[in-house]
Amino acid sequence: MTRALRLLRRRLVGSVFVLLIVVIGSFLLLEAAPGDAVDAYIVSTGGDAGMIELLRHRWGLDQSELTRLANYLWALLHLDLGQSVTFSRPIRDVILERLPTTLILMGSATALSFGLGSALGIYAGARPGSIRDRFLSIGSLALYAVPGFWLGLVLIVVFAVDLRWLPIGGIETIASGKTGLARAADIATHLVLPVSALGFIYLALYLRMMRAGMAEAWRQDFILAARARGLPRRRIVLAHVARNALLPLVTMLGLQSAQMLGGSVVIESVFAVPGLGRLAQEAVAGRDTPLLLGIILVSAVLVVVINLLVDLVYAVLDPRVGAGEASA
Amino acid sequence: MSRLRRFFRTPEAIVGALILALLAAMALAAPLLFPGDPQAIAGPALLPPFQDWSLPLGTDRLGRDVLAELFHGARTSLAVGLAAAAAALLIGAVVGTLAGFAGGLVGEVLMRITDAFQTVPSFLLALAFVSVVGPSLGVVVTAIALGAWTGPARVARAEVLSIRERDYVAGARVVGMHPLEIAFREVLPNALPPVLALSSVIVAAAILTEAALSFLGLGDPNRVTWGGMIAEGRTVLRTAPFLSVVPGIALVLTVLGVYLAGEGVVESTAVRRSLS
Repeated sequence: MTRALRLLRRRLVGSVFVLLIVVIGSFLLLEAAPGDAVDAYIVSTGGDAGMIELLRHRWGLDQSELTRLANYLWALLHLDLGQSVTFSRPIRDVILERLPTTLILMGSATALSFGLGSALGIYAGARPGSIRDRFLSIGSLALYAVPGFWLGLVLIVVFAVDLRWLPIGGIETIASGKTGLARAADIATHLVLPVSALGFIYLALYLRMMRAGMAEAWRQDFILAARARGLPRRRIVLAHVARNALLPLVTMLGLQSAQMLGGSVVIESVFAVPGLGRLAQEAVAGRDTPLLLGIILVSAVLVVVINLLVDLVYAVLDPRVGAGEASA
Repeated sequence: MSRLRRFFRTPEAIVGALILALLAAMALAAPLLFPGDPQAIAGPALLPPFQDWSLPLGTDRLGRDVLAELFHGARTSLAVGLAAAAAALLIGAVVGTLAGFAGGLVGEVLMRITDAFQTVPSFLLALAFVSVVGPSLGVVVTAIALGAWTGPARVARAEVLSIRERDYVAGARVVGMHPLEIAFREVLPNALPPVLALSSVIVAAAILTEAALSFLGLGDPNRVTWGGMIAEGRTVLRTAPFLSVVPGIALVLTVLGVYLAGEGVVESTAVRRSLS
């Protein structure tokens, strides 16, 4: 366990640096935007020049860029992300309200793509070069070429409009008064289509990685040894070939998290799911730069945390990781 | 010649090359076959496909010719995809070479910046960038490249790290070449092949990102884009689903073509490498 802790400590130090770069970089990028939060606010509410002056002063926008960056970093230390213009509420609260939905969406989609993708990958990789392998390889490539938002629309046309099996969008039936399990089931039915749209795209990735890893493992000596020992084929496929091909997929899980988060922006907009991604779009539409900045930061933190977790899992799975890094 | 033959060995590569050739032909022929503004009204609104042979794929909600839009959309998709990928590969190769060749503090800082770019979801970054600077073709290209250069940078750095220990690099130092000259004239060209192997994946991702941006209304408003067409068709999804389906199929075929052709290239060079 000390091995994993050592790894965690080393990664944490690096992550703080990276997040600092993200904060400063996105702050400067969004500073470059024409107009500020006061302009956006005045557009929606109206007000005279005196009001603009007052607001600029109150929100600290009349100070220099460097001072504001320092103020922002200082506030961040207290977990304060500032005030949203469009929602007139603390950004932290708005984001925390939307975050669980996105986490559920991402988590389910990841489980779907990883589970089904690796299972199909094992199926294809069990016999590299066979008909079913070729079929799955081409099929997964075609799937990987599909834009997620378009798949979402097609799913809506088929399953919500034509067949009327599933709801067209949203996260739950509005004002249904459902509680407990009934509410959970309601949310689950609403999530089937968005999770499928998001998950099926990335399924192809895991399938292809698994298949490639297995094709590679078949050529290794220890597989030859396992065959020579007369192990049943099923056991060789699952316990030896697939197991060795699984590790890179775990790494991919962390690397893909940022992509998944980006993909959920569009998927949430297609299915009107009130999550973080849709919030980002609302922030763009409302020219709410502080909110957009907050979303970028929270996403970055999320990606860092997921990657840390994946690293830990990897360290547990692979005893070689971190073993010889005592001095590093 | 033999290299070309090797490329066309697999049926996948042939299909990919055919799709890309068709697409390039569409993009090039668009202004000839459909001169004038593809966003101009051409007929009655919401005409279904295969009804009127002067408008084979019908018209959209505003009566614009879907086939003309499809052809002009191919131009945008290809232009943005290729330009963004070229920019990403260029930035990645330069940053990766500097990071690998300089090493030390400079290398460390460059790699941390790369990490930071990788930590922010690239689509979110593109969204923020376009919304800040304003949608135009160049901005969309830059926005996509900003999120795509990290992969090439990492590959280039890893390659440079192994190349810089070779004898000819030491030789160049002895001759007294400037380190930057060594990095970019001796090391970079040799580090390029594995970086370029990423290009098909990056072009494909760039095309998909551009489509998603236009779908959310952040594409260049003066250009027809497939993503924009899908968004436009979405408003009449119940009554005229073909308006969203047709440009979507074009997107899928394009990206698939890029992938297949890319695999063909990688495979044909892999064979060459294993033979030598």
